[in-house]
Amino acid sequence: MADLQTTWLGLDLKHPVVAGASPISRTLDGIKQLEDGGASAVVMFSLFEEQITHDSYVLDHYLAYGSESFGEALNFLPDAPGYDFGGEHYLTLVSQAATALDIPVVASLNGVTTGGWARYARELELAGAAALELNIYFVPTDPGLSGADVERIYLETVALAAGQVTIPVTVKISPYFTSTANIAQKFAELGAHGLTLFNRFYQPDFNLETLQAVPSLVLSTSYDLRLPLHWAAILSSQLDVDIAVSGGVHTQIDAVKAILAGATVVQMTSEILQNGPGRLGEVAQAMDHWMTEFEYTSCSQMRGSMNMKHVDDANAYLRTNYMRVLNSFKPDPTGWGR
Amino acid sequence: MQDMAKNLTMMDGNEAAASSAYRMNEVMTIYPITPSSGMGELADAWSAAGKQNLWGQVPLVQEMQSEGGAAGAVHGALQAGSLTTTFTASQGLLLMIPNMYKIAGELTSTVFHVTARTIATHALSIFGDHSDVMAARSTGWAILFSSDPQEVHDFAAIAQAATLRARVPFIHAFDGFRTSHEVSGVEVLSDNQLRDLIDSDLIRQHRSRALSPDRPVMRGSAQNPDIYFQAREACSPYYEAIPAILQQVMDRFADAAGRHYHLVDYYGSPDAEHVVVVMGSGAQTVRETADYLNAHGYRTGVLHVRLFRPFPISALAAALPATTRAIAVLDRTKEPGASGEPLYVDVVTALNETLASGTAPFNTMPRIIGGRYGLSSKEFTPAMAKAVYDELQKPSPKAHFTVGITDDVSHSSLEVDNSFEIEPKDVVRAIFWGLGADGTVGANKNSIKIIGEETDNFAQGYFVYDSKKSGSITTSHLRFGPRPIKSPYLIRTANFVGVHQFGFTERYPVSDGLADGGVMLINSPYDQNEVWDHLPKAIQQKVQITGARLFVIDAYEIAKQVGMGNRINVVMQTCFFAISGVLPRDEAIAKIKEAIKKSYGKRGEAVVQRNYEAVDTTLANLYEVTIPTREADGRDLPPTVRLEAPEFVQKFTAEIIAGRGDNIPVSAIPADGTFPTGTAKWEKRNIALEIPVWDEELCIQCGKCVMVCPHAVIRAKAVNEEVLGDAPAGFKSAPARWRELPGQKYTIQVAVEDCTGCTLCVEVCPAKDKSNASRKALEMQDQLPLKQEGIRNWDYFLSLPELSRAADSMHFNTIKNVQLLQPLFEFSGACAGCGETPYIKLVSQLYGDRAIIANATGCSSIYGGNLPTTPYTRNAMGRGPAWSNSLFEDNAEFGLGMRISVDAQTAYARSLVERLRDTIGHDLADGLLDADTSSEHGLEQQRERVAALRGVLAGNLSAEALDLLAVADNLTPRSIWIVGGDGWAYDIDYGGLDHVLASGKNVNILVLDTETYSNTGGQASKATARAAVAKFAASGKNTAKKDLGRMAMAYGNVYVAQVAMGASDSQTMKAFIEAESYPGPSIIIAYSHCIAHGIDMSHGLDQQKLAVESGAWLLYRYDPRLEAQEINPLILDSKAPTIPLKQYIYNETRYRVLQQTDADHAEELLTSAQEDVNHRWADYSRMAAARVQL
Repeated sequence: MADLQTTWLGLDLKHPVVAGASPISRTLDGIKQLEDGGASAVVMFSLFEEQITHDSYVLDHYLAYGSESFGEALNFLPDAPGYDFGGEHYLTLVSQAATALDIPVVASLNGVTTGGWARYARELELAGAAALELNIYFVPTDPGLSGADVERIYLETVALAAGQVTIPVTVKISPYFTSTANIAQKFAELGAHGLTLFNRFYQPDFNLETLQAVPSLVLSTSYDLRLPLHWAAILSSQLDVDIAVSGGVHTQIDAVKAILAGATVVQMTSEILQNGPGRLGEVAQAMDHWMTEFEYTSCSQMRGSMNMKHVDDANAYLRTNYMRVLNSFKPDPTGWGR
Repeated sequence: MQDMAKNLTMMDGNEAAASSAYRMNEVMTIYPITPSSGMGELADAWSAAGKQNLWGQVPLVQEMQSEGGAAGAVHGALQAGSLTTTFTASQGLLLMIPNMYKIAGELTSTVFHVTARTIATHALSIFGDHSDVMAARSTGWAILFSSDPQEVHDFAAIAQAATLRARVPFIHAFDGFRTSHEVSGVEVLSDNQLRDLIDSDLIRQHRSRALSPDRPVMRGSAQNPDIYFQAREACSPYYEAIPAILQQVMDRFADAAGRHYHLVDYYGSPDAEHVVVVMGSGAQTVRETADYLNAHGYRTGVLHVRLFRPFPISALAAALPATTRAIAVLDRTKEPGASGEPLYVDVVTALNETLASGTAPFNTMPRIIGGRYGLSSKEFTPAMAKAVYDELQKPSPKAHFTVGITDDVSHSSLEVDNSFEIEPKDVVRAIFWGLGADGTVGANKNSIKIIGEETDNFAQGYFVYDSKKSGSITTSHLRFGPRPIKSPYLIRTANFVGVHQFGFTERYPVSDGLADGGVMLINSPYDQNEVWDHLPKAIQQKVQITGARLFVIDAYEIAKQVGMGNRINVVMQTCFFAISGVLPRDEAIAKIKEAIKKSYGKRGEAVVQRNYEAVDTTLANLYEVTIPTREADGRDLPPTVRLEAPEFVQKFTAEIIAGRGDNIPVSAIPADGTFPTGTAKWEKRNIALEIPVWDEELCIQCGKCVMVCPHAVIRAKAVNEEVLGDAPAGFKSAPARWRELPGQKYTIQVAVEDCTGCTLCVEVCPAKDKSNASRKALEMQDQLPLKQEGIRNWDYFLSLPELSRAADSMHFNTIKNVQLLQPLFEFSGACAGCGETPYIKLVSQLYGDRAIIANATGCSSIYGGNLPTTPYTRNAMGRGPAWSNSLFEDNAEFGLGMRISVDAQTAYARSLVERLRDTIGHDLADGLLDADTSSEHGLEQQRERVAALRGVLAGNLSAEALDLLAVADNLTPRSIWIVGGDGWAYDIDYGGLDHVLASGKNVNILVLDTETYSNTGGQASKATARAAVAKFAASGKNTAKKDLGRMAMAYGNVYVAQVAMGASDSQTMKAFIEAESYPGPSIIIAYSHCIAHGIDMSHGLDQQKLAVESGAWLLYRYDPRLEAQEINPLILDSKAPTIPLKQYIYNETRYRVLQQTDADHAEELLTSAQEDVNHRWADYSRMAAARVQL
């Protein structure tokens, strides 16, 4: 039996398979299922700061919509004594989960503005979150916004959040930076204890009947592991941060690869949405079997053993490898036209 | 912080009543009716929030299906021993009367809080007078009238205490709107004060009289001639005791609260010769007037009656000064044919009796005259009160008079000098003209709260709302000053006039009330240098004459900058405080921000911050205008309606539109409530900022836009190309894409002045530009630059010939074809984007030329029949829907009556044709009797035969011929439509509807199902779906929506359809056609998105689609005729649900809000609601799949 114990963001975990942010954590029952399923830690679903602001505006709008206009109907909906746009509920849930669970509960904040972050970061710590994952989701569509501008937005956000709390902070980033290693290093310098690779932007599909863009969500497959694996290998060799690989971890093989690349933990989401929280424990156990079979004694032994520093051919992570792959690709004419 | 010296809380009369009533009761049964709904809504909201009554319990609040039901439930709750109350008005009170007799007969303690409102007679009116309470005066209830919000609060408590002691139930009445909706400072009674007022023993006695199997009794027996009479008399001592009991309670109240009331309060000169006797808010007006007159040499007094039943004869006589020579008794009701109105008759009787018994304060009977005032909230001003006093001084005053109108028919009215004003100089008065829903009223309520609660001033606010649901205006009347303010009448001259939309300067007399040296603030797109030149001459002149200061602000721009859309409330409020100087500027800003935090804090910090930003941005953009000294040179106001409008519209309708309805004399008004149709088209409201513009090249001529337009402002015609020869430049057309219309041109035009800008037409348009998917055949563009050309094009469009309905080649059974039929329902005052009106419009297109419509009270009767105009109109032949509204609770029966009546006359006409066969000629007679009228063509031929019949019988003076002429129109079939909302069909008239369905008669019932009582502000009905939040279901509806369609199907011989135009317009069309063709009862239940759902109305059709896709709303048609063909009569037009329920419901605030108030409960209800959907689909798909067993 291998030693799967892992320390992630200063938290002692029994193994590196963590439940990633998903709708399952929307209820205390769901969170407990994740623990029962074998998770070593739970990353809660994301608290969307803009969503809170948006919901607040929307409610205000519709409570006022058409009001004080027509004598028989001065308004159309009862105005409750108080509202929670998710923030209070989230804090309560974190608090309940932190009390109820034996494993660490990591809160997740999603947003780009600086306004509401500070408050929620502080309150999440008070509610008992063991750590904080900042999920920075920003689609820069403005041609006037330079890469440096975008990076500044990220950095300000991380600095602000990290400055608010004493618990560790990990930053979940997108893969779309001009210099991912550079900004990752800056995050670490600003106080981020970890990086989560990567968040997935929702890519709308087109409905050809209505000619409308429609939001769609496609769950990951093991194939999607390659991008975070690549970057885990690059970053872990150079930065002193805990790396969590998220997106594409479905099996023990995926998990092992991630650890070999230098990840401290893997976060599973699509897999448990498809096959249930029990997969967390199954994957951890299967990892154990694999490690035992291949005579790895511990995760710490294995971690980063194939990162950019340790791989035989570092070119595998560099441009030469890219060219080699392209040049080796031979199209199969028999498959055309199908 | 509150001013402890005053310790007033600003609230309206409804809240004042509910505050006492809620704390002093255990059970409340409620039902919405204007203007009392606010009391029930508060009670429900407080109960949902766990607010406790005096005994530490949360009262149970139960919505009922009607006021009759509410009264029945009150009766039961009382019989079972709980302290129980209800709130109602008008027709609601009438429905309670049968139970009220019982409750009083059984000597049961309760109080009904009644916002006194007009009873529907020749017309419905939501406004205030005493006709409802007077109709209940014989029920044996004590009747106590309060006259301002403080009294409402106090009397609600006093009545509760008195009823427990007296055992006789009390009506606690106050004037609808004027008192129920006036915001004023109220010293709120503490729980201890309320508790001290009530003797706990009396409550225990109340309980001891309750039905209990542990000490069984029977009550509600049937009695016979031997004892009934004596038993009826047995209650008399209880009534005799009431005046003394009530006065004792009032005295006890005075000890506790410091306000001392009496059964009647005399006010004024102790040696008055002329006294006015009056009840309700009008008493405050007369008191103020008497004060003024007495200070100017008059000797007048007011006898302010609080207790009307039992009539306090002794107290009344004792209160009058011995010097009284003449008395005018004012009644706020009319009792046609009576010797006088009720209060007058009682006063005459009382004084006769007391004079005869020697207990009157005088030896000679004073002259007593009686007058009517204030019906339907007609203003009752000091000038009118003075006219009454002046009348009393005349040697021969009118014995029965009216005041406040010009009665040039019966000459009952008194002359009123409207220049008479008594407003004290130290009372600041402000009038605000706001656009409905722009936040003006809310901001003013906030301002009043700030001034009334946080300064030394006393304050009062009253708000006049519109009868239109879109593009409406509100006027706010605010007073504040150093003494308590009663003045229950509108402000005539104001120190401050706020005009919150620039367009009002052209349409309303906004400057008329500007006082000398006053201030006018205009929300203007023009800056301080430009605005003067854009003001009409009348306003320029008024500003110059009064020496007023003029300020401008571009509030829309600021609201837009801070992301508040058209909500300019905070901007205008900030300007008001900045200019009016009621508080130092910085203090005012701080108070506004505090108020914002208080009002909006619970809606989220972001909302608060945005409002703060609006406050902070405002002052830098507020400018004073330098008033030019040159003579006013602005333009004159355009006429209210076009000069080509009919005379009736010019002389009558236009006056109401212009806000001068108060000046219309009696002679100009139809005596029986009958009005011409086709009037909405003259009221050009110009409320859309943007209108749809048609791209004839992209258009595929599908007609969907025409079908969904709630206001019939976008229309299509197909005409011969040569007809368009004289079309104005820019009039668009395209080759018509109909096989049946070769060589014709198709055009779509928009009534630019009638459009509300709702964008439903654009949303539904399926035609997209192949090179730019965001571009459709309809696009919204600014109205102003398009207005003149649009008017020209619309006028021309109207002049083009309508498609012949009778043409054999066209079948009006598709959306594409029906779009070419003229709508006979147009330009209603419904909400922009209304989900109901497209269905009514469709009926009017298909069958309007032969329809009689029975319309239940509700939204559809308000946008259908609220004066000044009606959207129902007629075609070029003069035919169109004939429309009437009876009541809320009888509409199905009303429509059935129409059917039977038409059938009776048709039968009589047919019999007369037979009898007069020789005179008429056999061919014509056979044609008339054997006509096939199943098609438009057949109908037209029958109309021609009827015309021929008229020709043949012209000049024939035989009784039978004259009779036949009187009923001959009935030889052409009538289409009877019974229309109403879900509150009507599911709840209040369900019994009637059920009976009509069971009758087998050929009527069409259209249920416009918004799943809520829309017209009264969104209270839950039995159509409200599980998990939705509504008023009266503030914590989410826990039960499933009633399946009205399935219940109707159970009869087996009823055509039933459930439709949603946004999900399937073709299925909708089929249902309407099948319903009409079905020769028995038909019911169509039509999903109608609604402003009460808390949705963006421009996406209403999308929500309909989602409702169907989720299975929440099933589309089906049940046609009993199919059984004869051995086909399952149920055709399920819906497919199996393709999306989860939450994807539909959580787009709507009515559902989403529960997630934000109680997420766990929302989740539970969502789960149950999804199960409802699953079960319903399973049931319906099984039923639809079943084979017919014959």
